[in-house]
Amino acid sequence: MTRKPRIATVSLAGCFGCHMSLLDIDERILALAELVEFDRSPINDFKEFDGRCDIGLIEGGCCNEENVHVLEDFRKHCDLIVSLGDCAINGGIPAMRNHVPLRECLEEAYLRSPGVYNPGGVIPNAPELPLLLHRVYPCHEVVKVDVVIPGCPPSADAIFTSLLALVKREPVALAYANLKYD
Amino acid sequence: MALATASGVEDICRKLGNDRTRLMDIIIGVQRRYGCVTHDSMEVIARAVGTERVEVESAVTFYSFLSVKPQGRVVIRLCNDLTDWMKGYDAVADAMAKELGVTMGETTADGAITLASTPCIGMSDQAPAALVNDVVVTHLTPERGREMIRDLRRHLDPPQLVTMVGDGNNAHPLVHAMVRNNIRRRGPVHFRDFESGKALTNALALGPEAVIKQITDARLRGRGGAGFPAGVKWASARATAAPRRWMICNADEGEPGTFKDRVLLTECPHQMIEGMTIAGYAVGCEQGIVYLRGEYRYLLAFLEHILQERRDQGLLGRDILGRKGFNFDIRIQLGAGAYICGEETALISSCEGLRGDPKNRPPFPSQSGYLGDPTVVNNVETFCATSRIMLEGAAWFAAMGSGRTTGTKVLSIAGDCRKPGVYEVPFGITPRELLEAAEADNPGAMLIGGPCRQMIGPDRFGGRICYDDLATGGSIIIFNRARNQLEIAERYLDFFIDESCGHCTPCRVGLVLLKKAVHKVVSGAGEPVDLDAMRALSHFISQTSRCGLGQAASNPVLGALENFTALYEGLVAERKPGLLSTFDLSSAVVDAELRVGRQSRYV
Ligand SMILES: Cc1cc2nc3c(=O)[nH]c(=O)nc-3n(C[C@H](O)[C@H](O)[C@H](O)COP(=O)(O)O)c2cc1C
Ligand code: SF4
Ligand code: SF4
Ligand code: FES
Repeated sequence: MTRKPRIATVSLAGCFGCHMSLLDIDERILALAELVEFDRSPINDFKEFDGRCDIGLIEGGCCNEENVHVLEDFRKHCDLIVSLGDCAINGGIPAMRNHVPLRECLEEAYLRSPGVYNPGGVIPNAPELPLLLHRVYPCHEVVKVDVVIPGCPPSADAIFTSLLALVKREPVALAYANLKYD
Repeated sequence: MALATASGVEDICRKLGNDRTRLMDIIIGVQRRYGCVTHDSMEVIARAVGTERVEVESAVTFYSFLSVKPQGRVVIRLCNDLTDWMKGYDAVADAMAKELGVTMGETTADGAITLASTPCIGMSDQAPAALVNDVVVTHLTPERGREMIRDLRRHLDPPQLVTMVGDGNNAHPLVHAMVRNNIRRRGPVHFRDFESGKALTNALALGPEAVIKQITDARLRGRGGAGFPAGVKWASARATAAPRRWMICNADEGEPGTFKDRVLLTECPHQMIEGMTIAGYAVGCEQGIVYLRGEYRYLLAFLEHILQERRDQGLLGRDILGRKGFNFDIRIQLGAGAYICGEETALISSCEGLRGDPKNRPPFPSQSGYLGDPTVVNNVETFCATSRIMLEGAAWFAAMGSGRTTGTKVLSIAGDCRKPGVYEVPFGITPRELLEAAEADNPGAMLIGGPCRQMIGPDRFGGRICYDDLATGGSIIIFNRARNQLEIAERYLDFFIDESCGHCTPCRVGLVLLKKAVHKVVSGAGEPVDLDAMRALSHFISQTSRCGLGQAASNPVLGALENFTALYEGLVAERKPGLLSTFDLSSAVVDAELRVGRQSRYV
């Protein structure tokens, strides 16, 4: 029997909404599970790649050095990189900070904004915290991206239809309704 | 420069009748008197003409010759367009900036001199060139640039920079410019004898409908670029019932590398104005506007004088040539540095005292244009040709040219050649003949019709200049074999990005993305898919933009890709999977490293 196509997924600078939308395919997930195997993904909680993958689904853009590292790792392991959702494609909500210098962002978040209780005036800096990038990057500015699935989040139908096509290595054709947002 | 006072600004408004539609002249007036249009001035203007301050602000901030912040008493605008760059712009700009002790866009500390750059000022055959206030200086070198600044420091009086005047009417006391005409080839339509009044007399003898029929039979197509049949446009405006109609001459000549209208305005103003008058008669207009680009302000006094001369001769004004009830007069509307205002609906917006935003079409201007009235907009050369057709007849005109494109064309030729200048040639001429005439050295490519049109390689040098093959509004730029076509495309993208009015997202944002993509390939970081992506994005932008700017802005990129495919395929290569070479992690984390005092573990 030929090997099933393998899919890996990750949430970088995203809100997990895109992954929730992936789960929203409901019982179709059984059909998907028939068709594919999941490599590293929050869905199975595997943290490392197990081998080469056909498809890497990326939620969110890159806001810190670790995002970059993970995205690079995905690019190296996956034949197709898919930017899933507006944060991966455009930077999205996290990129709203791009107009404000990093230092001001941190001070606003940890020192100045109303409701902050931080008597020591400390901005978190544990060594295991990844360094923030000076701005949030959409995925295609960091690695080559092959496919984009727009939406915030993309609908379950859009994701399912796209995945089915990609698994079969067919062009993705989304119906107008799947791309209409208002 | 004096600080603006409310009474001074009110005075300027009053002189223009506190007329909202004359806002252009008001804000240009305030800018010239006070060196800027401050927010306070905008308030005063808004009150005087009965509009909102934001309306005034949106116009002021639209035009590059107007500014909210004070500019120097002398503003030097160095043309940074392609031919200037080819002729040594970088060194000139550098020398002048050093001499002034400022960087591009800045004003000297004493508020005396501002150094700025600007796209094509219509002097591509005598580049590098600059505007010093209204004064044109040409053939700059670093040494001449430095000298000029030393002189200006002394007298702050730009007209004194003109020590030698050019040929023809450039030497007219009301022009007094060092500009040269460089008319290299004269033809049967323009640049020859023209006796004022005769063409108009012939037109009056024919009657309006017959004039339109003559123009239609001559198959005169617009000379500004798009080549729309003039007779059809005039008939449509004439057929639209309205109490008023308008005849507008497009003398905005902003297409980079085009300067033939400048020479026509200098040498054939009577022929042009007479053509406009004939058109006005044929369409049924009583009023005309010449929209003169701000860069050509040095021709304003001269053109005003010609208009007055014609009024005095009974060729303009009331009861022209004694014909009772035939009234037609012309005012000149100055622009203020916006390429998009050459697009006819943007031009109309500007004449109405608005930002130079294009309007939706339909309705077409011939149905609803200036102030909602039927309006015809034609190019300078179209009107000149009109006069000649009235003298020589439609058949004479239609016998020249090639196929569906009749008559002659005035071309502006510049770039890598020994004889840049203006050539009147019959339509149908080949690029190869032009290269020979202009004595091009080692030509590798030609931009026919400016960046809006097409870049061709040697395989098409045998084509024909006409609307069925290589269309042009007049601009021809020659590049030698050493030039990189995609780099040229990249520079033109900068131009379009600057000049986009910002209304449509594909034009405003898409062009920036396209420029990034081109830059990636030019800098050697591209992959084969980038070429496809560039093509797709180019088509997308042109299909989804509202006006001709966005629709044409990706042409240089497409042309470069199409005609020099092998070159670009050689620049791109498949890369190892991993980070893009355009992404630099170390510069992306350096802020954070400095902030927290530790190094990235991934760099
Ligand atoms: C971005 C843009 C810039 C233009 N600039 C000019 C110009 O500088 N001069 C001109 O005559 N036509 C220009 N045109 C064409 C005008 O819209 C219009 O077609 C022309 O003035 C009509 O006159 P014609 O039929 O006599 O050529 C421009 C068009 C576009 C889209
Ligand atoms: S695209 Fe929307 S749903 Fe997806 S990660 Fe971003 S914010 Fe969340
Ligand atoms: S295409 Fe560009 S210049 Fe034309 S209206 Fe749209 S934004 Fe303005
Ligand atoms: S004047 Fe500089 S390119 Fe035309």
